[in-house]
Amino acid sequence: MTARVFVLLGTKKGAFILESDERRTGWSLKGPFCETWPMNHVIADPVSGTIYAGGGNEWFGPAVWKSTDLGTTWTHSSEGLAYQAGEEAIKSVWSLAPRNGRLYAGVQPAGLFSSDDGGASWSHVAGLRAHPTAPNWQPGGAGLILHSIVPHPDDADQIWIGISSAGVFYTADGGQTWAPRNTGTRCDYLPEAERYPEFGQCVHCIVIAPNHPSRLYQQNHCGMYRSDDGGQHWESIESGLPSSFGFPAVTHPRDPSTLFLVPLNGDIAGRYVPDGKAAVYRTRDGGTEWQAMRTGLPQQNAFFGVLRQAMAADRLEPAGIYAGTNTGTLFASADEGETWTDIAHHLPPILSVETLVL
Amino acid sequence: MAAVTVLLPPALLRLFPGCDPEPAVSATTVDEMVDALDARWPGMRDRLCDSTPRVRRHINIFIDGERATLETRIAPGAEVFVMTAISGG
Repeated sequence: MTARVFVLLGTKKGAFILESDERRTGWSLKGPFCETWPMNHVIADPVSGTIYAGGGNEWFGPAVWKSTDLGTTWTHSSEGLAYQAGEEAIKSVWSLAPRNGRLYAGVQPAGLFSSDDGGASWSHVAGLRAHPTAPNWQPGGAGLILHSIVPHPDDADQIWIGISSAGVFYTADGGQTWAPRNTGTRCDYLPEAERYPEFGQCVHCIVIAPNHPSRLYQQNHCGMYRSDDGGQHWESIESGLPSSFGFPAVTHPRDPSTLFLVPLNGDIAGRYVPDGKAAVYRTRDGGTEWQAMRTGLPQQNAFFGVLRQAMAADRLEPAGIYAGTNTGTLFASADEGETWTDIAHHLPPILSVETLVL
Repeated sequence: MAAVTVLLPPALLRLFPGCDPEPAVSATTVDEMVDALDARWPGMRDRLCDSTPRVRRHINIFIDGERATLETRIAPGAEVFVMTAISGG
């Protein structure tokens, strides 16, 4: 049976959907959807195929959009997606994560919400903002955003989240209580003696390894890391990479030791690919050795970056990898990063990339 | 309560297919007006107001040429203009 492969894009001007078959050689593009609202994260429930798009509009505020027909029609809701009266209002939805029928949403200013009715209404997972460190969380460049939601694949009570720039937090009781998980990740932007605090790290992206749920990877503002104990300790894996700065991290659909990153030239150097030459870096051994994959990517005058949610893998064999740039180009590889093709360009800045295979 | 006429902006109408662009609702304050709109088109309150609660920063509601807040009173028969402010990029 021929698979339908979808790449879901969140952009500064709406959501887009690309479709191909399992060969992944020809692609069609539909969009923009969601009334061209900025869409920070567009995902699909892999079981139902329902598409959710989280974002926020300067006029109309935050909402999660939903399509049950692969983008043809959409609804939207933000019922319950709010803090108490008197608190700073939620500006936008930044991240979405489905887990066994429940949907999680991370928002700005940082907080976590859940929905058990497919995004029609939301409940605040209030334990996170009740953490004693919360009054001292500081916003990163994109604001105080909860951008990474990593549910444990086998235990509904365990979730890791990432907040810029408060760091990684973990719950083992379904969100009632949380603990920082930042040991070993550094803050180069603090005085030397203060570079390993309990919280305050500028985490950019965290992902969980497949078939190895105690293994996490992290792209930080200051380094790339791996943890093999559920985030209790982080070990630098940046040796062999051209910089310690980047935004996305993408795992392989089956191999827990494979990771894809897009290092950029540095936080004070423009934040584009080093020397104007694009490369996706791949490790096959958990971060000891890195290989620069350049074939098909521009090797001169490339001044783009790939944002924290703008790279993804599909679940086919070999895995497809997709990287969307902040200049509106989508690069795709159907061979795990060996070769790349520009499959869409002239789009708005790409904020998120996810996949769906039906 | 007296009927007032609300003139809704095109960008809002696109979010609520089939929405009347100039509905008449019963209200004596802007807050009541927004509640009445939300009752007819569920979710509209969240698009016009945040949880502070207040009218969203880039939404302007004008009554008799003056910017209104949720507490502003509306005279019977008044026209209330809901407009999207200059915003974006």
